[in-house]
Amino acid sequence: MSTALQNLVNQPYRHGFVTDIESDVAPRGLNEDTIRLISAKKGEPEWLLEFRLHAYRQWLTMQEPTWPNVKYPKIDFQAISYYAAPKPKKLSSMDEVDPELLRTFEKLGVPMNERAALAGVAVDVIFDSVSVATTYKQKLAEVGIIFCSMSEAVRDHPELVRQYLGSVVPQGDNFYAALNSAVFTDGSFCFIPKGVKCPMDLSTYFRINTQETGQFERTLIVAEEGASVSYLEGCTAPKFDTNQLHAAVVELVALDNADIKYSTVQNWYAGDEKGVGGIYNFVTKRGLCKGVSSRISWTQVETGSAITWKYPSCVLRGENSVGEFYSVALTNHHQQADTGTKMVHLGRNTRSTIVSKGISAGQSNNSYRGLVRIAPTAAGARNYSQCDSLLIGERCGANTFPYIQVNNNSAKVEHEATTSKIGEDQLFYFAQRGVGAEEAVSMIINGFCKDVFQQLPMEFAVEATKLLGLKLEGSVG
Amino acid sequence: MIYQDSKTLLTVRGLRAAVSGIEILKGVDLTVKSGEVHALMGPNGSGKSTFAKALAGHPSYTVTGGSATFEGADLFALAPEVRARAGLFLGFQYPIEVPGVANSQFLRLAYNTLQAQRGKDELDPLEFDDFVREKMKLLDMNPDFLERSVNEGFSGGEKKRNEILQMALLEPRLAILDETDSGLDIDALKVVASGVNGLARKDNAIVLVTHYQRLLNYIVPDYVHVMDAGRIIKTGGKELAIELESRGYDWVGAEYRAGARATA
Repeated sequence: MSTALQNLVNQPYRHGFVTDIESDVAPRGLNEDTIRLISAKKGEPEWLLEFRLHAYRQWLTMQEPTWPNVKYPKIDFQAISYYAAPKPKKLSSMDEVDPELLRTFEKLGVPMNERAALAGVAVDVIFDSVSVATTYKQKLAEVGIIFCSMSEAVRDHPELVRQYLGSVVPQGDNFYAALNSAVFTDGSFCFIPKGVKCPMDLSTYFRINTQETGQFERTLIVAEEGASVSYLEGCTAPKFDTNQLHAAVVELVALDNADIKYSTVQNWYAGDEKGVGGIYNFVTKRGLCKGVSSRISWTQVETGSAITWKYPSCVLRGENSVGEFYSVALTNHHQQADTGTKMVHLGRNTRSTIVSKGISAGQSNNSYRGLVRIAPTAAGARNYSQCDSLLIGERCGANTFPYIQVNNNSAKVEHEATTSKIGEDQLFYFAQRGVGAEEAVSMIINGFCKDVFQQLPMEFAVEATKLLGLKLEGSVG
Repeated sequence: MIYQDSKTLLTVRGLRAAVSGIEILKGVDLTVKSGEVHALMGPNGSGKSTFAKALAGHPSYTVTGGSATFEGADLFALAPEVRARAGLFLGFQYPIEVPGVANSQFLRLAYNTLQAQRGKDELDPLEFDDFVREKMKLLDMNPDFLERSVNEGFSGGEKKRNEILQMALLEPRLAILDETDSGLDIDALKVVASGVNGLARKDNAIVLVTHYQRLLNYIVPDYVHVMDAGRIIKTGGKELAIELESRGYDWVGAEYRAGARATA
């Protein structure tokens, strides 16, 4: 690989700063007492404590998965602190929010203040496991939408949480989902009642801040009959040398004719150019198209984390329901990503679309892993999958692992895959027309990701384009 | 056309260049003045394309000796994109495909980069669309080309027209067209040649790298150079090309070696 190309992909992480706020950190280690402590700190009802303990007991019997195409040292789950919260304070307005915290959001460009109003974005800000500010809640409440932290939801809407929590990702679903179910501290809850179209995009910014604190977010979104919502999740994290475990669970439920669009731009710390540090991102995201003609669409732009293990999935139970997965995963340096989706077709005439774009640079390894399963009940089901890989340089890798299980003869499944490479010749061609390497790579990457970016809400698409440029640009020449 | 008051655009002296450690150019001398059209001819492997790519700064080609001055500047001290912005254009023998990037986007980026360099206004997509469509008419190109990915799935002739379109947009001071005639049928050749002729002016110059005399029926050169084994061994007027067409290249080499022996 040419020097110019190497410099280009060796761009330091620009969000690498640590906010100095006192944290209330639980002692390290995990046992039933830790779980009782978390539950007590949050003043939870008995049923939720039972939910956690049930998950914990299942977790104890489970094995950490070894099938993903990633390598990392064994995680010591007893070395992690399972709870961290900024010192509890009652906040009645934004003015009371810790200025240090506000400056952090400022640096990250979180539109939490008046700019949020202009942009029409409601931000439920998660900072080290506890929500500190929620905007627009009242405006949403007027149309009956509930958008709040999971803790608040447990307190104010226990019947809804109890009805849906764990209904898509049960406690014992997998090793990390079980761990999350046992120790989750906070997250977002969103409920769109029957017939309501959410008037704005809902947005959450996640940020992991306390060193060596595992972060276990729990998100639940329910769209009732005929409801629709577009949800945005954006992530950045400060620079650390210690790996941080992140094991979130996101559950989406769409009833008859409901529509949920979930978009993620992920830029967590990926470790330095030697592969030291960075976030381990082991996430379970799943949506249930429970009702007829419902639709769940996942769009993700994954650029961060040392290791990503993530398969946003759709269970298409309702007749004529639709599942979509649009993904860009970029890995650089020593990053490893094993990501993809599962489309489980249960209902008749269910349809799914998978568009995956993997970009590998440096010495990174980028795998697409996807399952398309057509159950015997899914007559007339259709799937179209397209998995493209783009390599930058000579030392990175890309893999595609498609699993296709068809148990109904009337189903139609298509899979296409391509691999291409940004080479010296392409960059020279641009250079010969006066265009420098950075702009050339940016244009090639944006062209490659076009099909996915088109699915993102407008302002997110702009952000994503900039982010990819940022991850790959550098001092050229 | 040779003009009395012309300006020297390019001066190459004793240029040596290597690919993968093997020296291909063994001391090339060439002077190109504004208004002139040069043809660089020679058998396969004589170093014609290497010469073109070394001047443009392809990273696989290492300059191992000699100098090149372009409009007074040391060409080899400039990055490839800076050479391009200074007005050096290479028409590629094998234009590169860029999947996913629309031709219109690529052309506009290149055009606007140059406009910015020249202190002129950049064009927005709509303005550029009008502008580029006019240029495409001259080359008898289908506007569909704008929406397709750069060179992807283009036929050989389409790719070459796309190169000349870029030349028309960027208005270089010196255009080196590497085997622009290869892969063209006679109709396409005429279109491309008339495109190039339309772009030749008093203040710019063109170097045609070609294997055959055929192109020179349509673009008449002021000078014809014969390259062999990494050197320019003979220079003449347009009649030299015709002689080469009938007699081949061997005699030029033989004559050169005889001359070299005589002076040794």
